[in-house]
Amino acid sequence: MPKQPLIAADARPWRDATAKPFVRINNVTKKFADVAAVSDVSLEIYQGELFCLLGGSGSGKSTLLRMLAGFETPTAGTIEIDGQDMTAVPPYSRPVNMMFQSYALFPHMNVEQNIAYGLKRENIAATEVGQRVNELLALVKLAEYGKRKPHQLSGGQRQRVALARALAKRPKLLLLDEPLGALDKKLREETQFELVKIQETLGVTFIVVTHDQEEAMSLATRIGVMNQGEIAQIGEPTDIYEFPNSRFVANFIGSANMFEGVVTEDESDHITISSAEAGCDIYVDHGVDCAPEQRLWWAIRPEKIVLSRQRPDGATNVTRGLVDDIGYLGDTSVYQIVLDSGKQVRVTKANTRRGDLDAIKWDERVYLSWAGNAGSVLTA
Amino acid sequence: MNQAPKPLERQGHRPWQRAEQALRRIGLSGRALVIMAPAIWLTVFFLIPLAVVFGISLSSKQFGRPPYSSLLTFGEAGTVQLTLHLSNFVKLFSDSLYVSAYLNSIKIAAVATVIALALGYPMAYFIARASDRWRNVLLMLVILPFWTSFLLRVYALTGFMRGNGVINNFLGLFGIDPLIMMQTDFAVYVGIVYTYLPFMILPLYTNLVKLDEALLEASADLGARPYRTFLAITLPLSVPGIVAGSMLVFIPAIGEFVIPSLLGGPGTLMIGRVLWDEFFSNTNWPRAAAVAIAMLVVVVVPIMLMQRAQSATVER
Amino acid sequence: MRKGWFLPTAAILGFTFLYAPIISLVVFSFNENRLVTVWSGFSLKWYGELFADPQILGAAGLSLQIAFASASIALVLGTLMAIALVRFRRFRGRTMLAGMISAPLVMPDVITGLSLLLLFVAMESLFGWPAGRGTMTIIIAHTTFCMAYVFVVVQSRLVDMDISLEEAAMDLGATPLRVFIDITLPIIAPALISGWLLGFTLSLDDLVISSFVSGPGSSTLPMVIFSKIKLGVSPDVNALATIIIGLVALGVGVATALQLRGQRKPYSRVGRAQK
Repeated sequence: MPKQPLIAADARPWRDATAKPFVRINNVTKKFADVAAVSDVSLEIYQGELFCLLGGSGSGKSTLLRMLAGFETPTAGTIEIDGQDMTAVPPYSRPVNMMFQSYALFPHMNVEQNIAYGLKRENIAATEVGQRVNELLALVKLAEYGKRKPHQLSGGQRQRVALARALAKRPKLLLLDEPLGALDKKLREETQFELVKIQETLGVTFIVVTHDQEEAMSLATRIGVMNQGEIAQIGEPTDIYEFPNSRFVANFIGSANMFEGVVTEDESDHITISSAEAGCDIYVDHGVDCAPEQRLWWAIRPEKIVLSRQRPDGATNVTRGLVDDIGYLGDTSVYQIVLDSGKQVRVTKANTRRGDLDAIKWDERVYLSWAGNAGSVLTA
Repeated sequence: MNQAPKPLERQGHRPWQRAEQALRRIGLSGRALVIMAPAIWLTVFFLIPLAVVFGISLSSKQFGRPPYSSLLTFGEAGTVQLTLHLSNFVKLFSDSLYVSAYLNSIKIAAVATVIALALGYPMAYFIARASDRWRNVLLMLVILPFWTSFLLRVYALTGFMRGNGVINNFLGLFGIDPLIMMQTDFAVYVGIVYTYLPFMILPLYTNLVKLDEALLEASADLGARPYRTFLAITLPLSVPGIVAGSMLVFIPAIGEFVIPSLLGGPGTLMIGRVLWDEFFSNTNWPRAAAVAIAMLVVVVVPIMLMQRAQSATVER
Repeated sequence: MRKGWFLPTAAILGFTFLYAPIISLVVFSFNENRLVTVWSGFSLKWYGELFADPQILGAAGLSLQIAFASASIALVLGTLMAIALVRFRRFRGRTMLAGMISAPLVMPDVITGLSLLLLFVAMESLFGWPAGRGTMTIIIAHTTFCMAYVFVVVQSRLVDMDISLEEAAMDLGATPLRVFIDITLPIIAPALISGWLLGFTLSLDDLVISSFVSGPGSSTLPMVIFSKIKLGVSPDVNALATIIIGLVALGVGVATALQLRGQRKPYSRVGRAQK
């Protein structure tokens, strides 16, 4: 196999201000009757990316995808693909293909006919069509199944046929609506990696809609988190997880402990937040765009809190609580701790030792501490 | 494998492209054609005829072809005179024949609907709860008469109920005197229930088969006896099926002509039959039209109910 | 609830009620005796008489012609209507159209018949068309109520059909017409067949509407049967009824088999695992 040119996952074109985006969504709004399913979304996606639109049901992610495919027309705004305005182009004339959540395999056609359907619409010679179909069947490892009808295939096989069919016309952009949603958990994990491999080999730009954050984290070059028709945050998986920009994102991706507080010290290299909920002052070791006396939230992931029986050194970032409940998950344990303020805090701890007799137990009073850079300061 | 992600170019043209462009030039899209063909047909052959009936109901009978007066007469000086006769409608209210025909039709249709419901509901419920294999067989047994000629089924009933018919021959074996069933209101009830029973069962079945068995189990689990469960769960949930089935029996039964004329006696007055006689025997077209308009008024409410249910399924 | 005696008893009674008259009619069609209900021996003579009756044969031929034509036109119009109402989200007059299509389903026959006749008469005096009444006017009348039935059957299939199948085809480059031919049509084909069959049977069966809109010399089969029944007992009607019932049973059997095959193939939702 020839060496690929740089793939987006390595080149990170979104960090380059001069890079030209491949898909450009400009201030797109879509209203059904009077309800805005998507409101004023702007988004730039680069060649070769595997971009995930992540959100709950009703967040507008599917509507946005359907507008890219051409099944819905934006109420306002424009969509450009590869420099061309696609807003008024019907779905059958777009250089875009879609893989449907239900797979939408034509039940009356066999696997080969399904895959060849798009090619035949282009009046391509039969021999070339046959060749291309065989290529694709090999790509998705279904070479033996060409003559089967969709109902004679397993769920995973159907998923691969749907992928092959969507790739058949060598689209510049592939849209995938919950591509793994109908598979069971084990198959889903296997298929995830296969999907990324295919995407990287072919260099096609993927836009994936999903409600599964783990799926988004492991697939995506970048994630766009959607909430109530708007983009809440765009960023690489680590950005979204470690540096959420809002309470919604912090809560939606993974779990977070949220403390409300007031800024008491606002310096260029650190701030201090006084939080009654936390029961201590929170010291943040970097400057934050905020004003003294401002009310804000500080979020910390459960795995970034350290539990101890002895009080650690330092006056800030230490608080006390009582172990209320412990959930043993095998690789980690989840501690529910009630702080003296009454606030419930969730802490996870890796089980690095087998049968640890010294582990913290129920009803113990413990100290909770964290590093100055462990949490995120959220103003929205 | 060829790695170059060059998109395949669109080369061919579609054969109907030219026709499509031509149509679009005169302002017609494929979409508009799809809507307009059936819409025009229904307007011309369903909506306008009802208007025509209304118009003619306001004219008066005369000899000639067509046998009614025209509403508009053109005077010599270019005047147009509109003559409306309300006499047909006045007659409907003043002549006890029409009034009792209406009342009788409503009564017969209503009673027959209730009987059909009482008979059809347990049948539909039985089919809905039967095992998969039996369900299809039983369903087909309901559908089969539905497809079989209506007229022939009414005819089959006459053979059954007539003086020397199957029932009386059977009763005769036990020395029971023949019953007079034909040409009575009883025969009309039997006829309506018999012919329209599938219309009652099918919507009920469609409704009941969707009933989640877990609901019944939950009710039983919470201590309800079967009849309680039926009254509290099954019956309320099947109301849409009951409404649909009842309307499908009631509405056509009101205007029924074949059943009263083949099974009913001379005294079995129903509007459908009155309309028919008015038209064919008396050749009084305006009067027949007035009867039709009045019949329409009677069935319009149930028809609206029907359509609400219908459009609800379309919107879904 | 399941093991009660009430439901099975009611079902047995109901089915007996539905079938006893039909069965006795069929049995007595093989009766030698002219008295329809007194059995005197097996005979096929009424069938012979039936096929020797030119009036019945002529009427049957005409009825078949009319039924074929009206079912076919109604199939096209009813299907177009179903597509318009199910697939086109919004257009002017949608509610009106939805009302108009389902009204003929429940409209009493006498009203439909009378109104169409009056229309034809009025049209004839205004434009000179249709000149007189006969096969043509019956076909028009039958098409009007048959399309409502076709609509109902096709519409329910369209509603069930996974719309993303059509979107997928369009996404792969098929224009709307192409999508209809390649995807929609094959998938709704069973509904089209049953819709057509339903229209055909209903047209074949109609007495009242035909009586209004037919002209001299165009008597359909039900009209002939009706006048025969009115005159009194006629064993040849039993024979005719037996033939028709046999054909219908065959047709329904085929249609049900088709439908069951359709169910076994998960046309509507492909997601289900099938073995």
